[in-house]
Amino acid sequence: MSLSAASGTAGDGAGLRVRGVTKRFGSTVAVSGIDLAVPQHSRVAIVGPSGCGKSTLLNMICGLDEPSEGTISVLGASSPAERLARCAWMPQRDLLLPWRDVLGNAALALENRGLRAAEARRQVAPLVARFGLAGFEDKRPAQLSGGMRQRVSFLRTLVAGKEVLLLDEPFGALDSITRADLQQWLRSALDTEPRTVLLVTHDVEEALLLGRRVVVMSPRPGQIAATFDVDAAVAEGSRRDALRRPEFTALRDEVLAVLEAGLAGAGDSSAPARQAEAARSAEAGA
Amino acid sequence: MKRFLRPVPTLAVIALLAVLWEAASHWFGVPDYILPSLDSIFSTMADQWSGTLASATWVTTEEVLLGFALAIAVAAGLAVILHSSRILRNACYPLLIGSQAVPIVVIAPVLTIIFGFTITPKLVVVALVCFFPVVVNAVDGLAAVDPELLRVMRTLDGGRWAAFRRVEAPAALPSLFTGLRVAATYAPIGAVFGEFAGSQNGLGYLMLQATPQLETPLVFAAIFILTAEAIVLFVAVTMLERLCCPWAREGKQ
Repeated sequence: MSLSAASGTAGDGAGLRVRGVTKRFGSTVAVSGIDLAVPQHSRVAIVGPSGCGKSTLLNMICGLDEPSEGTISVLGASSPAERLARCAWMPQRDLLLPWRDVLGNAALALENRGLRAAEARRQVAPLVARFGLAGFEDKRPAQLSGGMRQRVSFLRTLVAGKEVLLLDEPFGALDSITRADLQQWLRSALDTEPRTVLLVTHDVEEALLLGRRVVVMSPRPGQIAATFDVDAAVAEGSRRDALRRPEFTALRDEVLAVLEAGLAGAGDSSAPARQAEAARSAEAGA
Repeated sequence: MKRFLRPVPTLAVIALLAVLWEAASHWFGVPDYILPSLDSIFSTMADQWSGTLASATWVTTEEVLLGFALAIAVAAGLAVILHSSRILRNACYPLLIGSQAVPIVVIAPVLTIIFGFTITPKLVVVALVCFFPVVVNAVDGLAAVDPELLRVMRTLDGGRWAAFRRVEAPAALPSLFTGLRVAATYAPIGAVFGEFAGSQNGLGYLMLQATPQLETPLVFAAIFILTAEAIVLFVAVTMLERLCCPWAREGKQ
């Protein structure tokens, strides 16, 4: 099978739009007044300290939870059921089914749609090699390394064939070497199969490497503190290549400064949240 | 090699107990009708096998296996029903636990009155003894499924049935087997209770006949066979578990 997703229909409703979204759990405000847009086939990364409501936001976008206030539209659809049908969600933990092998886990969405198990496995089999899992088709999750499990989880998410991908710290549980390797791999996978991607991370470099735009969130209640545009040329190549460019490190320091300011201000609740819209486009090699 | 050596300590303890047993009956003058020697028990087993023990063993085995199967069917069905509705669970769970307060030994004669001297009251007693650990473990297993897994299923176009079939049921399997292993050791006890309350054959019936005549070796022979039956059932359930959920053992390594 091919991994291509059904493309969006309405031109103006295309992509992902979050308007004035607030989520309260009892008296706790998890996220407050979030406005966010991801154009179709673009990639946006959200960075923020833990507990800033990044995961809450993703859960709401994909239709698993509803916002207390505000609206979310995914490819022009706003009901939770329609959002669920359009969004694929990759949670922080790999959450593979331990009793299923690699093919069985990857083929889950196809089976859920009514395909027989054997047919679903047959369709997914050709993709396994592209995900660096050749030879591990009939291994169960307990027999795989953390990086491999994460790849199976991502394959399972892609096989669902949804237009929008919501990735919640996809590499959070991995060591830094595996993580760098998978970041590179994910980027090339998304370059060949463009999707509308919203990625959540607490790693600024990861956000800059994977996102065309980086949104910084401040903690408790989660609000958008700043937005940065990342020029493709600045983040090109491997993490090491990118880190050699002064524009990249400058951008990283700028993001970090916003993050630190947000953390410093978090103790003082009277301080107005920083709402700087610091759009920036760095020129590469100029 | 290590696998091969694992049962050695257990076998050593059994051998030690056997030696103490023989010592008690042969050299310390414990009379045969109180504690028959092991060799007299085994020779009784051999002598009376074809005459009485074989048919009694068969009758009891049939009760154990059918009763166990009945318990599994009822418990699994009940677990699914209780899991599917919170209201039903809240309504029935206390009753379920309360049902264990009723002494089965007392129920057995009533069942004999209802069903007569047939196999039915024995099956019901075995099922009553066995179904509780199975249903409790199955319900717990179904409830213990990682809620995040169920959310992932929803984003992968999985409905309620898909979630049950592909996530909840397999996830609950190891827990179900825990219940089955406990139940396997109870099943022969249930069959004997059932036979004590009224029967024409079976190991429990045989013990009831042999006791007033002080045929203690025969009583012990029946006890040994019942014990062996419980162990075989336990081992069979354990082997089935390894076959059905090999992944559960991997995860613990």
